Amino acid sequence: MRRRLLIAVPYVWLLALFLIPFAVVFKISLSDIALAIPPYTPTAKDGIWNMLTGLDFENFVFLSEDDLYWKAYLSSLQIAFISTLLTLCVGYPMAYAMARAPEQWRPTLLMLVILPFWTSFLIRVYAWVGILSGEGFLNQFLLWIGVISTPLTILNTNTAVYIGIVYTYLPFMILPIYSALDRLDGSLIEAAEDLGCSRIKAFWLVTIPLSKNGIIAGCFLVFIPALGEFVIPSLLGGSGTLMIGKVLFEEFFSNRDWPVASAVAVILLLILIIPIVLFQRNEQRQAEAEK
Amino acid sequence: MRLSPFNVVSLTLGFVFLYLPMLILVIYSFNASKLVTVWAGFSTKWYGELLSNDAFLDAAWVTLQVAVLSSTLATVLGTMAAYVLVRGGRFFGRTLFSGMIYAPLVMPEVITGLSLLLLFIGIGMDRGVLTIVLAHTTFSMCFVSVVVSSRLMTFDQSLEEAALDLGASAFEAFRLVTLPIIAPAVISGWLLAFTLSLDDLVIASFTSGPSATTLPMKIWSSVRLGVSPEINALSTILIGLVTVGVIAASIASKQSALRAKRDEQAAARAQ
Amino acid sequence: MAETVFAPWDDPEQKPLIRFRNVTKRFGDFTAIDDLTLDIFEQEFFALLGPSGCGKTTMMRMLAGFENPTSGAIELAGQDIAGIPPNKRAVNMMFQSYALFPHLSIWDNIAFGLRRESSDKAAIASRVEEMLKLTRLEKFARRKPHQISGGQRQRVALARSLAKAPKLLLLDEPLGALDAKLREATQFELMDIQEKTGTTFVIVTHDQEEAMTVASRVAVMDEGRVMQVATPQRIYEAPNSSYVADFIGDVTLIEGTARARAQAPEAPNTAVPQSSAPRGPSPNALGVWLHDKVLAPVIGTRTDTQLQLPPPDKSDTTLSVLSRDIPEGGIDIAWSDSQPPLIALDADAALDGAQVTLALRPEKVSISKTRPDGAVNALKGTVIDIAYLGNLSTYHVELAGGVMIKAQTANTRRVSRREITWEDEVWVSWSGTAGVVLST
Repeated sequence: MRRRLLIAVPYVWLLALFLIPFAVVFKISLSDIALAIPPYTPTAKDGIWNMLTGLDFENFVFLSEDDLYWKAYLSSLQIAFISTLLTLCVGYPMAYAMARAPEQWRPTLLMLVILPFWTSFLIRVYAWVGILSGEGFLNQFLLWIGVISTPLTILNTNTAVYIGIVYTYLPFMILPIYSALDRLDGSLIEAAEDLGCSRIKAFWLVTIPLSKNGIIAGCFLVFIPALGEFVIPSLLGGSGTLMIGKVLFEEFFSNRDWPVASAVAVILLLILIIPIVLFQRNEQRQAEAEK
Repeated sequence: MRLSPFNVVSLTLGFVFLYLPMLILVIYSFNASKLVTVWAGFSTKWYGELLSNDAFLDAAWVTLQVAVLSSTLATVLGTMAAYVLVRGGRFFGRTLFSGMIYAPLVMPEVITGLSLLLLFIGIGMDRGVLTIVLAHTTFSMCFVSVVVSSRLMTFDQSLEEAALDLGASAFEAFRLVTLPIIAPAVISGWLLAFTLSLDDLVIASFTSGPSATTLPMKIWSSVRLGVSPEINALSTILIGLVTVGVIAASIASKQSALRAKRDEQAAARAQ
Repeated sequence: MAETVFAPWDDPEQKPLIRFRNVTKRFGDFTAIDDLTLDIFEQEFFALLGPSGCGKTTMMRMLAGFENPTSGAIELAGQDIAGIPPNKRAVNMMFQSYALFPHLSIWDNIAFGLRRESSDKAAIASRVEEMLKLTRLEKFARRKPHQISGGQRQRVALARSLAKAPKLLLLDEPLGALDAKLREATQFELMDIQEKTGTTFVIVTHDQEEAMTVASRVAVMDEGRVMQVATPQRIYEAPNSSYVADFIGDVTLIEGTARARAQAPEAPNTAVPQSSAPRGPSPNALGVWLHDKVLAPVIGTRTDTQLQLPPPDKSDTTLSVLSRDIPEGGIDIAWSDSQPPLIALDADAALDGAQVTLALRPEKVSISKTRPDGAVNALKGTVIDIAYLGNLSTYHVELAGGVMIKAQTANTRRVSRREITWEDEVWVSWSGTAGVVLST
């Protein structure tokens, strides 16, 4: 009896506040916009049968016909992909250096990576506004050392979005790679060098393959949230930066087109399922390999 | 092991990249000028203005209420869920259950927020502190359950069996044995849920009503207009609190690890 | 009858404390316990012995209530205990990992069970003190489990499980985590505490030496079945199968065909210790008829001289014994074309014709440079290996057919004066009753 209660409470909570809301989103994505409260039709007030027969795929057809959404999805994928690669390029050398650092430094280094994770996400993104703006610190610095003569326009461009994503998600990339490299037996590298590999070759043939799982995990942990990101493109990106999270937010709050916003969400979810399933499979394989 | 110059450079640049923006924020929060990029001497006036700004204080109060309530609820529910996942055995819909636990971890906030909003509107619920608490509880309970279940998986099950064997009921075994042992994981789950709730902008924007504005929402509405020294001051306070908290926690855990090591050495000598 | 010997299992009047009746336990397709029936009596120190995966731990967990049998019944003091949860059973368990609660002091660990059933603080305190005294842990009462040594932890686990004075105490590999020296001391301590408290102990172990030392009876298990239940002496001296013989201690197993022995021609009956059973004609009339009329066309005619032993010759390895020294009865075991049959005097003559295994303990086999006089079984071989164990040495002797026999001697002399060494030609010999004949 107690066991059943123990299972039922979190189960019912998640059903009610996680699964049912998705069903609602899905249903509304099949409805039509209306000047009413709530602003869509049909609703349950029209009777179950009328509600069900009133549903159609009109919104999805609309999305596929409107260039804006296509571009938004594609540019989200592109931005998420490029910034994941950039994060990897910044994160891997850091994780590698941390794993090779003297034993007594490592806890401190690890804490320094984790600390930003606990700090407000919004504030960390905001910090870049003051740096990247036209009269911001970066431009002042570059003008001062004489690299440039006129201020660069970085804020409100895709470049600023890349910087923002790399900056906020860097800990997610470093931590799994570090934990993979930390477990790596140092004598393996020595063995490779002993067998005639150069240092770089040993890194390429031994270290990289053995940290593969960490790299994959880190990339997914950056790519998946970056795809649906809203705060970074809104704050750092310009009007030309199309990211689907931002489009959805604006569709909902500015246009009040709930059915289309729901349809956008449904498609975003479908796009996300692929990397999520791949990620899960990678985690499972890793867990099995460790057994 | 010696670090190669390349390693030293990548570490240094990496940490400069991570910390310089925050450092600039902190320094310029003490700037006397309203123009954020021009240094005009040291001043704490923005802190004074911040503390006399009722809108910010109200938002901070709402945020704190939401965070405490939702993280506590999420800790209870998440611990239950973790226990069910690790110890519940087989039951109807177990796959669905574990799916619902893991999905929110990777779900874009816009989708979670949108779906909850549509639900609240659908059932005619007035949006306010309560709806934010419900929303935050739902997604942070999943984080709690992941943290707690990873601790439960390494937990020696014979401890629970020993408690049952000595006459404890299942509930007593949990209260007297399991809970005290997994307490550190439960506490870090609570802290995680608390931070997530403090930090959240998107889900709160969707699920709050006109009666409740959280601090991130307040910050958002002012930073959209550009950099402001008041926000710098607020950020400095938040960064300071987190830094003190994290450093204190890491010192405490380091000391307890040292103590455990000493005890073990003493036990080895006693043998 | 003198009632000094503790052997309730031989007394039909005694009711067992625990009774397994046709218990089967399956986990999915895997059968952990296979139709098992077993009685355990009050105040016994009962050992379940077997390799890992033999089902001994499953049996213990069924007694504690963590598993229920798939079929069959387990009775505790005449009552079926199926379905009674572990916290309602008068059975306590000492876990292999000890399962001491890390957040509670030694005192609170021991008091844990007592607090579940009573709120009388004074009674709990006095019982805990009593347990601390019994296990000599008074000094450590306020410490936490990680602040004491492994041996002390083991005693805390014992005190905690004994505190509620259970009818039955289950010990799951209780000494597995201790080093060899401490283990031996703890074995005697366990026996001492069992005697003092009069509790029935059931111990699970894979260490046969441990089982032999502590237990009043041992059940040897394999693949979910009990192979033999008997006192340690009987398990060792009279194993009922080659599995048990091989599992317990060191043994040489020789397979062959049994043949009821003919009466030894000139054997002086004074040398025969027991066994005055009347001998039948050998071969009997039916056998002669069968052989001559039915089998002769196939296997050739029978010669009456077949059973006669060739004349003694010291250099001849095919001759084992001077015929006049051999008492009558028992069986011969034909095991090799080039070697004489082995003689087992106390084996059942009814085994005639059956495939049997002779189990020989190394310490019952003597080794000598010259052929010992009067030995019933004596074979010639070469020393291949010597395992020097300090107090004992085990010699591995290879016989002409390639069979290896182990012989053990006590090292009463210094090694340097040992007269047998590698590659030596030696004689191994044993008495007519030293081996155990196993029909499986």
